[in-house]
Amino acid sequence: MSATPEDSSGEPNLSVSAPSATLWQLFYEFLLIGAVSFGGGIVAYERILLIEKRKWLTVDEFMATLAISQTMPGLNSVNLAVLAGNHVRGTMGAIAASCGLLIPGMVFVLVAGVAYSAGEDHPLVNILLSGVAAGATGLLAAITFKIGDNHFRHFKSLVIIVATFFLMSFLKLSLVWVLVIMGPISLFLYRPQPQQKPFEQDSSS
Amino acid sequence: MSALLNLALTFGMLSLLAVGGGTAVLPEMQTVLAQQFDIDHTAFVHIYSIGQLAPGPNMMMVLVFGFQVAGMLGAAVVLLSFFLPSSILCLWVGRLWDRIGERPWRRSVQNALEPISIGLMCSGVYAVAKAAVIGPLTLSMAAVTLVVILFTRVNPVFMILGAGVAGAALMHFFGFK
Repeated sequence: MSATPEDSSGEPNLSVSAPSATLWQLFYEFLLIGAVSFGGGIVAYERILLIEKRKWLTVDEFMATLAISQTMPGLNSVNLAVLAGNHVRGTMGAIAASCGLLIPGMVFVLVAGVAYSAGEDHPLVNILLSGVAAGATGLLAAITFKIGDNHFRHFKSLVIIVATFFLMSFLKLSLVWVLVIMGPISLFLYRPQPQQKPFEQDSSS
Repeated sequence: MSALLNLALTFGMLSLLAVGGGTAVLPEMQTVLAQQFDIDHTAFVHIYSIGQLAPGPNMMMVLVFGFQVAGMLGAAVVLLSFFLPSSILCLWVGRLWDRIGERPWRRSVQNALEPISIGLMCSGVYAVAKAAVIGPLTLSMAAVTLVVILFTRVNPVFMILGAGVAGAALMHFFGFK
């Protein structure tokens, strides 16, 4: 659709101090994360792997990579795996790392999903999943609250949050329209400031 | 065939619209799945919950929607269309970034997208809650989970599993809702 890398092969983009690792090591390390990261927090596991365990990225490189992962669409943890894999071994590294991260969950979800699809009408399955769904709702609310914590306290952010919620949940606009409306407004509010204002942190002391 | 194409377009689009992570597209996904693929809100939130129990990225549960619509081929189509477009875009921009370096407007874009993505997450909570909270029991279990996860360091998976077992027991033996 939109963007495909025109220069995906033959581009020597690992010029500066690319750390050495085999594709297999990349795949294996991310496979481990994909298999043990129950309950979220994958980026934290990736941070430990990339900075401390294998030292594939410096702290600065990690922060820059994380920033791009968060700016671009897609799951942050997957974007981070793609970029880290690319940093270490180019395109093949990106593929190895992201496949490793995704495969364990994929197997789990397919097995569980096939079982669910077979037993969807079973009453016990349904009440079990009703409880799990209630818990998952609480979890999603908790994650939203934790991520949004700072933003709920700032007027500018809060206005955007409430407006986005209103457009999506009450006017029931499609996501494209919500982004088309809110994107430019928010970008204008957060446009780069010429005289470096620190991001609304406490000004005293 | 047209079902597969429809799946690919739907999830490819969601992939590129997932600003700030997968949860931002939950409400849209729920709506589209109900309207175009006949997956009702209860099935949606059940499958979403299965994803919460899985290791790795929780949004992997999108494969189950593909499976329900068109079997294993549907799951494969959803896998590729949900993860490939955003990953290719990210790889491409990441490389561009290595060449041009950090720019003030990247920070602006991230700052601008964060509150939007939180607003969308609030819509996600609202959408999931509308389908999952069906009575006083599920409401209190959601509230307890919320509080415990916010104020302790318990792994959320145990909370969710606990809610499932406790809820099932209460509903099964005492007929609570």
